Amino acid sequence: MRPPRQSQSAPDMLDPRTRTGTMGFITDTVYLTGRLYRQTLRLPVFLMISVVQSVLWLLLFGQLFRRVIEVPGFETTSYLQFLAPGIAVMAALFGSIHSGLGMLSDIERGVIDRFLATPARRGALIGARVAHVATMATVQATLILAIATALGARPGGGGAGILVVLLAAALLGSAFGAVSNAVSLLTRRQEIIIASMDFIVLPMIFLSGIMMTPALMPTWIQRVAAVNPVNWAVVAARGGFEGNWVGVGTHLALLAGIALACAWWATRAFDRYRATL
Amino acid sequence: MDGVKMPVIVVEDLRKTYPGPVEAVRGVSFTVETGEIFGLLGPNGAGKSTTVRILATLSVPTAGRVRVAGLDVATAAGEVRRRIGYVAQNTTVDQHATGRENLLLQGRLFGMRGGALRRRVDELLALFELTDAADRAARTYSGGMKRRLDLAMGLIHRPRILFLDEPTTGLDPESRAVLWREVERLAAEDGLTILLTTHYLEEADRLASRIAIVDEGRIVAEGSPDELKQRLRGDRLTLDLGSETEARRGAVVLDALDGVFDILVEGHLLHAHAAEGGRALPTVLQALDRAGLTAGQVSVSRPSLDDIYLMVTGRTFARAADEPTPRRREEVPA
Repeated sequence: MRPPRQSQSAPDMLDPRTRTGTMGFITDTVYLTGRLYRQTLRLPVFLMISVVQSVLWLLLFGQLFRRVIEVPGFETTSYLQFLAPGIAVMAALFGSIHSGLGMLSDIERGVIDRFLATPARRGALIGARVAHVATMATVQATLILAIATALGARPGGGGAGILVVLLAAALLGSAFGAVSNAVSLLTRRQEIIIASMDFIVLPMIFLSGIMMTPALMPTWIQRVAAVNPVNWAVVAARGGFEGNWVGVGTHLALLAGIALACAWWATRAFDRYRATL
Repeated sequence: MDGVKMPVIVVEDLRKTYPGPVEAVRGVSFTVETGEIFGLLGPNGAGKSTTVRILATLSVPTAGRVRVAGLDVATAAGEVRRRIGYVAQNTTVDQHATGRENLLLQGRLFGMRGGALRRRVDELLALFELTDAADRAARTYSGGMKRRLDLAMGLIHRPRILFLDEPTTGLDPESRAVLWREVERLAAEDGLTILLTTHYLEEADRLASRIAIVDEGRIVAEGSPDELKQRLRGDRLTLDLGSETEARRGAVVLDALDGVFDILVEGHLLHAHAAEGGRALPTVLQALDRAGLTAGQVSVSRPSLDDIYLMVTGRTFARAADEPTPRRREEVPA
């Protein structure tokens, strides 16, 4: 029989689980994400603005380009139905690109340092930011699809199709949220985060099929769109929503890949930030 | 173990250089024993915060060895983090969350859960007189309340070692007094080892059982407040001679007098020490008068930590605190 282990120090006894493996990472991420959600919910004005904004896009663009589907090349019966998954993707973009500002504010207020002085998983500090924007993107996408459906859009892909839209929005949000955090950690300047993210996101929106079917795009835009992650999300989301499954899996896989790559970059940026302390 | 002093923090030739290069810490060594309050005293930019940040595993040292609770911070950072509480220089309270939520999250990051965590949070809220404000957003708290919440968060997991970086900077005198009493109580009742940094002489004098004076990344003096004060013989005389030239001439005059020592010129001020300041003063003034020098303002004071600071750095504390940071060695007045 082995002798009983030496008594452990007080902090160890308080710790009911071993903080090794992925369990610690997941629980830390969940608790830190909870904090970010609380912040979001405590500022209902911003929440309202982002919801109203999405609805406005849906209605404005829906009205503005209503007759565009009469042009041969559009394979849809209603522009609103065509547009809804695109707006869900766009909302994911705008909801995630400024995630780095929150990170910067936490750094400046010493909150990140306070967390770093606990045994919390380092990766969970980035993981929570990404999880926050990803889940926010799905909430917004759900809302947009619900409104579009209420206005007459008919999701041909059914429940599975809707899940694809949510997944595409979550993955794209994760990718851009991670990039925003990486830029934040590497530059630590609010102006640079806002300017650089806004600079890349607008061209990416217009070089994608959010508002226009690829069949009617100039060839060079088609080529750019093919390598544009925003367009990957649109292709997957629209395919799912319309029930046209060709290419949906491939584009979701591409999105997952880019989201992982961006998350890895953000984690590296966080390591680099910590090394400068 | 009773009566045996155990080193709980051992710092050996610690150095930290930031790109620039800025040498924030230039070879600091000290030992802190279990249950004591150890004060790092120095002006802003002296390297105190950098030292504490390294001890709290936030920064990686450029060179040197640091052991906290018997563990090397370089190789066992995770283990060190469970045993220490770290309270940063400025408040790190999450403004959007309530006091209770701040404490709950902090506890969860230390792996605390359920009833044990909730009881600990209630206990700390009561201890720091935050119970009534517990469910209000922390952004509505006063500076003193935020600081007490910071302290409570640092203690959530019952650490044996607490790092307090400038605990009372920016607080009003009343809040400062409350916090001082808390820190004293923690050290006395809970046997907590506390390492605090401060640029307030009175804070170090009141709280710390041992003090290391830090200047430009080095420890220039170390001992208990009383030991440090005993290193100064007698009272301090300060004479304003109007200009630096006059002050330097005065220094030569005083140097020739018996019973006057530790003479130092600082701008137009002439500092000196004498066994009994009151008695020495007439002699000093007469000697200056014979040399054609007139002292404008004259003061005699009992030794304070400020004198130690002056003696070891060649500058009065108030003046050092006004200087831009970080300072370079060559700019130090001779």
